[in-house]
This record gives sequence, structure tokens and C-alpha cells, in this order.
Amino acid sequence: MTPALSLENITKRFPGVLANDRVNLTVAEGEIHAICGENGAGKSTLMNVLYGMLPADEGRIVVRGDEVHFRSPKDALAAGIGMVHQHFMLADNLTVLENIILGAEPTGRGGRIDFADARRRVTELGDAYGLDVHLDEPVENLGVGERQRVEIIKVLYRGARILILDEPTSVLVPHEVEELFRNMRDMCARGETIVFIDHKLDEVLEIADTITVLRAGRTVATVKPDEVTPRDLAELMVGSELPTPEARTTTAQDAVSLQVEDLSVLDDDEREVVKGISLEVRRGEIVGVAGVEGNGQIEFVEALLGIREPSQGRVLLEGADINEWTVRRRREAGIGYIPEDRHRRGLLLPAPLWENAMCGHQGKAPYSRKGFWLTPKAARNKTSELIAAFDVRTPGPDVAAHALSGGNQQKLIIGREMIMTPNLLIAAHPTRGIDVGAQAAVWETLHQAREQGLAVLLISADLDELIGLSDRLLVIFRGRISAALDPRTVTPRELGAHMTGAATDAEELQHA
Amino acid sequence: MSTRSTHRLPAHRRLTLALAAPVAALILSLAVASIALVLSGSNPFPAYGRMFSYGFELETLVDMVNRATPLYLSAVAVAIGFRMNLFNIGVEGQYILASIIAAQVAAELSLPAPLHLVVIILVGMATGSVWALIAGVLKVTRGIHEVISTIMLNAISISLVVAMLFRQWDVPDESLNQETAEIPPSGRMPDLNGFVELFTREIGKGRVLWGFVIVAIIIGILYWIYVARTRPGYDLRASGINPLAAEASGVSPKRTIIVAMALSGAVGGLVGLPEVLGRDYAYGLQFTQNLGFAGIAVALLGQNHPGGIAIGALVFGFLDSAAPILDVHGDAPQEIVEIMKGIIIFAAVITYVVVQRRRQDEEARAASLAMGSGEPDPPAEASSDAAESDTRPAT
Repeated sequence: MTPALSLENITKRFPGVLANDRVNLTVAEGEIHAICGENGAGKSTLMNVLYGMLPADEGRIVVRGDEVHFRSPKDALAAGIGMVHQHFMLADNLTVLENIILGAEPTGRGGRIDFADARRRVTELGDAYGLDVHLDEPVENLGVGERQRVEIIKVLYRGARILILDEPTSVLVPHEVEELFRNMRDMCARGETIVFIDHKLDEVLEIADTITVLRAGRTVATVKPDEVTPRDLAELMVGSELPTPEARTTTAQDAVSLQVEDLSVLDDDEREVVKGISLEVRRGEIVGVAGVEGNGQIEFVEALLGIREPSQGRVLLEGADINEWTVRRRREAGIGYIPEDRHRRGLLLPAPLWENAMCGHQGKAPYSRKGFWLTPKAARNKTSELIAAFDVRTPGPDVAAHALSGGNQQKLIIGREMIMTPNLLIAAHPTRGIDVGAQAAVWETLHQAREQGLAVLLISADLDELIGLSDRLLVIFRGRISAALDPRTVTPRELGAHMTGAATDAEELQHA
Repeated sequence: MSTRSTHRLPAHRRLTLALAAPVAALILSLAVASIALVLSGSNPFPAYGRMFSYGFELETLVDMVNRATPLYLSAVAVAIGFRMNLFNIGVEGQYILASIIAAQVAAELSLPAPLHLVVIILVGMATGSVWALIAGVLKVTRGIHEVISTIMLNAISISLVVAMLFRQWDVPDESLNQETAEIPPSGRMPDLNGFVELFTREIGKGRVLWGFVIVAIIIGILYWIYVARTRPGYDLRASGINPLAAEASGVSPKRTIIVAMALSGAVGGLVGLPEVLGRDYAYGLQFTQNLGFAGIAVALLGQNHPGGIAIGALVFGFLDSAAPILDVHGDAPQEIVEIMKGIIIFAAVITYVVVQRRRQDEEARAASLAMGSGEPDPPAEASSDAAESDTRPAT
């Protein structure tokens, strides 16, 4: 059978960089083909070549037996290849229907848009593929999962038979991921072919029919999911053996660093999203707070930092009641913070690295004198030290933060907190969206700091991370601590069940 | 693997990129103005020649600096707001109100010379600051956008000025020249003619170089120090770039808005004083208006950088002071310089964005080269408001 798509010896060079080096990829008709690799392995370049956004320097693209030459995404679409980008490209104030037909509107007499026809065709598509969307809802009201479905329908509406999904799960919460996977299977059952980029191994193994691994611009392997373990796959991606986070002997001291007493917090809509949480973190201890996103973690962290005022309860740092303290006072008292979203709360993207390194420590030496006068030279030197110590790959401290890859941005953020030796580190999803190599480095850093007596509050949804790093594990569910687990004995499956509330419900049933 | 020399783009490359935008803007504006001149039946080249030779006469240069001084102050006031993503359209109202109040206080006070002057300047700054603070307080307490509130405050301050002029001077005489009482000599800004004449010839045609240019230079230096060298200035810039990250770093968003508006208004309060203290010695109907809006254009042109704004203010000052010669000789209508100003701003803003992209691309490429592998990341979030907030003081 002719493959739906094959790429043969694709080579793409950027000045000084070989992004794709004779990459080969064969995608069979109707399969889900995952492409995985570390950040910077060449996945995105390959997809951009396939989608006509970049011309290949060498090699052939063959679609259903015919060699094609794409000069723009338009040509790719004409050949039936459509792409859903990682960052959505939707007009917020238009409705779902308007967004779907935007740029490809069916027109009736006199050039008027034939909305009735558009609605009929889009509804048919949605029904056929089991993609559930509300056509008249403005896109700004939609959640992330639904926006993604709109993007997918948009591509299908334009006649794509081969879909490229660029890290589609990176923006989704677990139950949305399940739904996406269901949609993907439905689409394949209807004859669509899906090329899917991801670096989360469990997801790739779950959904893909075939997996191609890229490393440093080359194809290193094409495997079937049942032939490999996650560990094999990770090692293929990184090209070496991996460290695993492992629970070891406790280094927890008696002194309590952070104590939270019966804390409740309201969100922007005045709903109580954190409901009476109490916990404590001792020096030299990592306490993991496991939870699916949207269970009050963001508001909880904001209340700890002083960004959001709690409606009830107290927060104590090293025994002192800090409820009335400003954010600045808390940060200067030694609370380090790794934000859940590095672009949103972490970085000044257009500013140079040294100005990013001082963000959060701008009132302290060596970044400033007397809390007032900036000391750029010393700040640059400190940043260079940070860059070396935390292996941030950059030409130097004067480069703007947006020039760095995601993993290096994350290492910068972690470095800027750790190098100032905090007493307490609030780490929200510290390894989200970074590749396995960088992830291992972050874990190692947190380990070492813990041994030095750092108290860490780890907020995460990554099961391996939670189990491997934490000394104690708490589960947050609908704003409450729903369970306390021992990371040495709990299995990922049990933890997952607690996080989704399945375990709690079962227990409640037993008690009833 | 990184060495000191690869930390930035090479110096010559950065200079080229920095100069590309203004030079392109200037060339484009000359080209468009030439087309306009040709269409209106004038020959552009003699017109430019005349403007150029007249423009560089000593007296015209004095005019240029006098014109540039209030523009510079106005643009710095606007730029302080821009740094924090606040659009202070209210400089107009702030300086008009500050000028009349400062003029009035100045006329009524009697103090020894230097002190008198200092008090007037402080009154002007305080008035502008308080007036701008109204918008700041409305924003942090009620969430009212500063563009709306400052536009309204502009209207109110103009009405207030009219009311103040007429309440006190609504005398039955038919004089059209309503103005505040004259400021005594102790409250006047000394001119700089004597100083300039040390280096050049005597300044003729009754021209006077206003001493207030010194104040403008000091403000420019203070602005640079504040923004590039102090922690509050860093907080301000950080909030302008990413308010959420700044908040997490310990910057209070409300406080920063208040501080930014207060500082912006204080500088805004100075805009009318060169005229009041250097030429008219009173506030009256001949007072120049619209300097607040012109300042927005100059701040854009200068990319909120103290040096860039100075160049922008001088270019606009030059065009304004050299233009009248066109009418004298009938070469072309002097309004052609308004077209040129418009095109300069337009072209500058566009080319800045293009240059910005270019620089980001080159930096990203340099960064990925430093990593030795991988593809150059597309600039993560090419900031669309680059024109407003992205250039930072050279350090």
C-alpha cells in the first residue's frame, strides 16, 4: 500500500546549524504517527518543511505516491495537509463558526457569506468526527480544549486528510487529553492520517501507532509502541542513560519553614477555590502537592506569595505570621518562586538575561546597592555565574530572554532562585514543557538544595516528579487537601486516581 | 564555549540596526515631502537648500533649542508613562494647568532670585503631578483607563484655565490680552545668550536662548538614571514589560501606577515653564498649546530613550524654526514641514518594528549557535508593542 506521506532525506540548514539532517519519515494511511525528540531535536523544523512554511534544502516529500513541492502552507493544504499549531490562531471576538470559515468562506450571490451553508458543512464535519463545539459561542468564552477542537475542525474544513498536530497536549489538562485522544482515534477511523508531535512519553506510547524519534536533527529510530518501554524511548531521545528521581533517606529537620493554617482563598469571581488548607513544610523537606490543574493550586500559591489576599487562615514563615506582608517583603525574607507558566509570571521576554536574573531579587546584592541603586556590572557577573552553574545555553547575559529555548528559559528561572539561596522554594510545575535532559537537571538541583536544608513546596501534576522528589505527598482536589500519601509506597496509578478524585469518591462510597 | 566577545551582536551590527530606523525615516519623509512639493508646483531642492542654510544660522538654532526644550520635557513625561505601559495623554492638561498656577504663584510671591525660581518650578511640578495623580488614583481604585480619564482631565483643565483667567481679569476694559500678573525679575529664568556668545558671535535679531534648556537637560539625565540605574526604575520597566512577572517579583502594580503617573505629571508640569519664565513672564492667551500631544509623537520617535527623545525634539525644533523661511521667499508653503513631521513619525514607528524583529532574529540565531545544535527558535513572542516599550537605555 502506498504510504500517505513520506519524507525522504530531508535536510534543512540554518546559518551554522543543521536542523534536519537527512531525515526520513514514512507515515501509513490512517495511522497516528508520533514524532518525538528533545527540544531542539528538529521536530518543528521538519513539520514546517512539511507544511510548506520552510523550503527544504535537500530531499523529497511524497504525498500518496506523488512528489510535491510546497512553497507555502496554501500548497500544503491543497495537497490535503493541514497543521494545528501549538499556539492557537483564533480571533477571540468572532464566533466558533466565523473562526472556522475565516479565509475560506462559502459565498452566495453578490459575495455575501452563506452562513447557512457554512453551518451545515461544519455541523456535518463535527458530527462525522465526533468533535463537539458550540458554533455560535464567541471563541473568547471557550476553554483550551474546545479551542483546540475548533482549530482541528478549521483544518478539516479546508479539506485536510493528513493532520499535523504540534504538541497538542502541552496546553491540555489530563481529561482534555483523553478527549483529544478519543477524537484522534475517531478521525483515524474515518480515514484521516495524523502526524503528532509530542515529548511526553506516556502519551506517545498510549496514542501512537508508530513512533519516530528524532535526535539532533536525525532520525534515530522508528518503533511500534508495544516494542518499547518509556525508558527505552527516553534513552532514544536523549541518546544516553537517564537518571531517575528516587526517594532516598529523609533530610527533613525539625524546624518548620512554612506553616499554613486553615487557608481559604477566593478567585477573581469571588468563588472559594481554596478551602481551608493546612499544611507544613519543614527545612530539608520536599512536600509535593499533587493535583490536576484548576483545583485551586494557582490561587493557593498566589496567597502564599502575597499576590492574593486569603479570605481566611494564616501563613507563617519560620514561625512569623506573614499574612500582612507585601510580596516584596516575603520574597526578601527568602521565599523563592518558580512560576507555573514561565512566560506569564516568570520572564521579561524582551529584556536581557541579567535583568531577568534579578527579577525577584532586584532589591538585593549583587543586583543593587542599598536596595536602590542598580549595579548592572555585578548583576551581569552574577548572571554569568548562574549561566555556568545551571548550564543555561546562551551566548551570554546580554541576550534577550526570548532568544532562549524553553528548557533554557526554565533553567534560568530555577537558577535565579537557587543562586540566591532561598529558605523556602515554591516550585510550581518546575519541569513542565522541558525535555527529559533538562528535567533531570532540575530534579538534581532540587535534591541537592533539599540536602542543604531548603524547604520545598512542589506543586505538580507530573506523577514521576511527584513520587520521585517528594518526601511527603498531599493531594489537592477541588480546593481541599483530599489525601496524604507516602511517596515510597504509592504507585503512579493510585496517585493518579487520587488526583482525579476517583479514589476519594470510592472511599466516600465505602464509608457511606 | 561562550566567550566574552560573543555575548552580544557585534558592536558595528548593533549600531547599524540602531541607526537604520531614524535614517530610513528621514529619507522617506524627505521623499514624500518632495512629492508633495512637486505636486503643489514647487521645486523641492531650492526649498530644502534654503531651509538648510537658514536653519543653521545662529538665530534659527536658538529658536530650534527654544522650541525643542518644551517638546523634550513633554516627551519625557509621556515616556515615563510608556515605560509602564501607561498612556498619559493628559500631559496637555497637566502643563497648561501647571503653567497658569505656577505663573500666578510666581507673580504673588516675593523671594530672593534663585529661591523664587526654584519655588515656581516646584509649584509647576507639584500641580502637574497632582493633576496626573487623579488619573492614577482612578485607575488603581476604580479601574478607569488612564486614556479616558486623562482626556477628560484635559478638557477640565482647559475650562479651569479659562475660568481662572476670567474670574480675576474680567475687567470692563476691552483688552483681548487676558493674562496673569507679571512675574517679578527675581522669578525669571536668566537667558543663556551670554554663555553661548562666549563661543560664537553675538546673537542678533532680538533672539534669546531660554535658560530652561538647562532644566530639560537635568530632567533628561535624572530620567536616564532613574530608569536605567535605580530599583524603582527597574520595577517600572519590569511592570511595563510583564506586569504579572513584576508582581511576582515583589513589585506592587498599584503603587507603580501611582508612582509613574506622579512622575509623569511632575515632568509634564514643567512643559509650559520655559515660555512663562523665559519669554512672557506671565500666563496669557498667546501661550503655546498642544505641546502635550506633540510630546507623544516625540516620545515615539525617540523610543522613550532620553537621548533618542533629545534627537527627536531637536529634529522637530529644527523643522519648526527653519520652516518660516519658505513662506518668506515663496519657495513653498511652510506647512510642508507638518507633512514631513507626520511622515517621520509614521516611518520611524514602522521601521523600528522591522529593525526590532531583525534584531530578535539575529539574537535568537546567535543563541542557538551558542547551544551548538538545534534550530533557531522563532522569537518566542515578538512583542507587538515594541514601538512603545522595547528599547532600553544603553548601559
